[in-house]
Amino acid sequence: MAKEHISHGDVHEIAPTQGLRLVDPTELWRWRELFVALIARDIAVRYKQTAIGIAWVVLQPLAMVAVFTFLLGKLGNVPTGGLPYPLFAFAAMVPWQVFSRALVEGSMSLASHRALVTKVYFPRILMPAAAVFGGAVDFAITLVILLGMMMWFGFAPGWPILLMPVLLLLALLTSLGVALWLSALNVLYRDVQFVLPFLAQIWLFLTPVLYPASVIPEKWRLLYAMNPMVTVTESFRWAALGGAAAPEPLMLAVSTVTVVVVLLTGIAYFRHVERQMADRI
Amino acid sequence: MSGFAIRAEGLCKKFRLGEKERYLALRDTLTRAAGAPFRALSRLASGQPLIHRIEREEFWALTDVSFEIAPGQVVGLIGRNGAGKSTLLKILSRIMEPTTGRALLRGRAGSLLEVGTGFHPELTGRENVYLNGAILGMKRREVRRKFDEIVAFAEVEQFIDTPVKQYSTGMYMRLAFSVAAQLEPEILLVDEVLAVGDSSFQKKCIGRMDEVGREGRTVVFVSHSMTAITRLCPRAILLDRGRVIADGPAAEVTAAYLRSDLGTMAHRTWPDPATAPGDRAVRLRSVSVIAEDGIPSATVDIRRPVTLEMSYDVLLRGYIPAPNFRLYNEEGVCVFITFDTDPEWRRRTKPVGRYVSRVTIPGNFLSEGTLIVDAAISTMDPATVHALERDAVAFQVIDSTDGDSTRGDYGGTVPGIVRPLLPWQTVEIDESFPTAG
Repeated sequence: MAKEHISHGDVHEIAPTQGLRLVDPTELWRWRELFVALIARDIAVRYKQTAIGIAWVVLQPLAMVAVFTFLLGKLGNVPTGGLPYPLFAFAAMVPWQVFSRALVEGSMSLASHRALVTKVYFPRILMPAAAVFGGAVDFAITLVILLGMMMWFGFAPGWPILLMPVLLLLALLTSLGVALWLSALNVLYRDVQFVLPFLAQIWLFLTPVLYPASVIPEKWRLLYAMNPMVTVTESFRWAALGGAAAPEPLMLAVSTVTVVVVLLTGIAYFRHVERQMADRI
Repeated sequence: MSGFAIRAEGLCKKFRLGEKERYLALRDTLTRAAGAPFRALSRLASGQPLIHRIEREEFWALTDVSFEIAPGQVVGLIGRNGAGKSTLLKILSRIMEPTTGRALLRGRAGSLLEVGTGFHPELTGRENVYLNGAILGMKRREVRRKFDEIVAFAEVEQFIDTPVKQYSTGMYMRLAFSVAAQLEPEILLVDEVLAVGDSSFQKKCIGRMDEVGREGRTVVFVSHSMTAITRLCPRAILLDRGRVIADGPAAEVTAAYLRSDLGTMAHRTWPDPATAPGDRAVRLRSVSVIAEDGIPSATVDIRRPVTLEMSYDVLLRGYIPAPNFRLYNEEGVCVFITFDTDPEWRRRTKPVGRYVSRVTIPGNFLSEGTLIVDAAISTMDPATVHALERDAVAFQVIDSTDGDSTRGDYGGTVPGIVRPLLPWQTVEIDESFPTAG
């Protein structure tokens, strides 16, 4: 049983902790203002340093889509269900971009703020969480670009667009779960940071961003859906552009289960490593 | 449970050496794990036991530390570098967990182990004040209420909307301290923050600390400055190698500390090679402070040269060990570091054997006061510290009153971390200068 921070009236006990620990809601609530301040800092820094800060958020996915539009135009057709390829790819790129950025920044959050970890106390989990949720601002910007492209190609958004916040949340929770694992691992093993870009790259190709999920054979679909980003990107594309690929309840269920498992184990592992973070980082 | 603000009961903290300085690569752990079955087989084949305890050096930063501090008491925590002061503060601040033992804290605790933690250079002074406040656990409302006071105390009114990367170091430190100075917990844990800023701001900080103490708050204050400790704290606790070795009135404890630790440490030897500082390649065997007459001495005349000497064993071939000394003054400021640059041994591997390296610091160079010496042996490529003994030796530099040192005939306090005697020249350049009348 978790034995931390027992309060007898006003007395706090500091003692070695043992066993499995998940989150301590009252402690997190006490530190909610720091969570907001960390997010505000990330946003302020990102958009202050340069105008490139914003341009980068937009240019990266646009460049990627442009390259693939060109390549696939030469190599052969992607079954986009009648959607123009640039729009098809960019619609999925919007949640993907948020996810991959949150994944990288969340995983690096502890190692890049050593002083905070070794010099002040606060629930450490706030750092990857703030880094992940701070990335959601990028979403607003890329979404505007997407809406612009939709107007250009003559697509009007329908009611499914209301599902976007839910899908965004699913993407962020996925990256939070993975970032909890990786940020904690990165404290113990510093080469995790070298694996990150590689992981993000591989993950992109395992996700139907530049191609539709329908190219994966039916019998592999459920296995494929264990990657929650499959459901997120496909559903997001459907929410923006409509078309045949409406999310299947079973795939949605499989992805949700994966997210919950990754998140819970991530929290448990993070809290386990938290005890020695200041000693080891 | 009556009348205490802080109670420590047998606190211990163990570090595994190597983990702190050198991080592990996941790659190494994985290859080790992958190789494990093969190693097990070869062990079985050669008849060795399967379970083999991994030899890891452990280091107890704190051993059985117990004390009780009453509410409203201001207590100084002193001891040499590495005595465990910072570790103790980190445990009381909940940054680190103790290995065993426990501490009880009554009331809200705030800690100040470094000023300006989390300051971001790109953000303005105003943004950093709010961010830093949140990091220190203050509510936004609280920071807003005290904002003007913070800015006024730091004396940065005109620059509050300028990114702090454009601040001078002094402005930066003042703003950082000012935020921290607004912390109003019942228990305040402070580590050496006064070692920053110019002297007028330091005075202001000490004044503020004094105020905090008189407001009836409990304060634990770590410092290398005995003056600050005796001035601010009625009581002091002396730590040595992770143990409490003295606890009582500050004047007595600081006096005992200066006598015991720093006064008589002109010579150290490690007779047992197994426990001497070092690794499989190099071991330190002795470190001494030697006066001009060739005799180890803990006091040195400011005008006379002083020699630092270390002897060490080179145990493996192929290394280019460079002995080095690092000198600190009693405020903990690094005065300088010096490496062996003798051309005779530069870029040359040393054969296995015993060596003595010495360096002479000229007279009329060091400042008066206590100098604490870290002795280390490193290799440059790859940069590795093979042996390091913090606070290996210490000595006292005594200034002269004969008028032939830098202070000349001046009898007051001479500032500065070094006190070189430099050649001055003065000539009269205009003989036709109109004289009054």
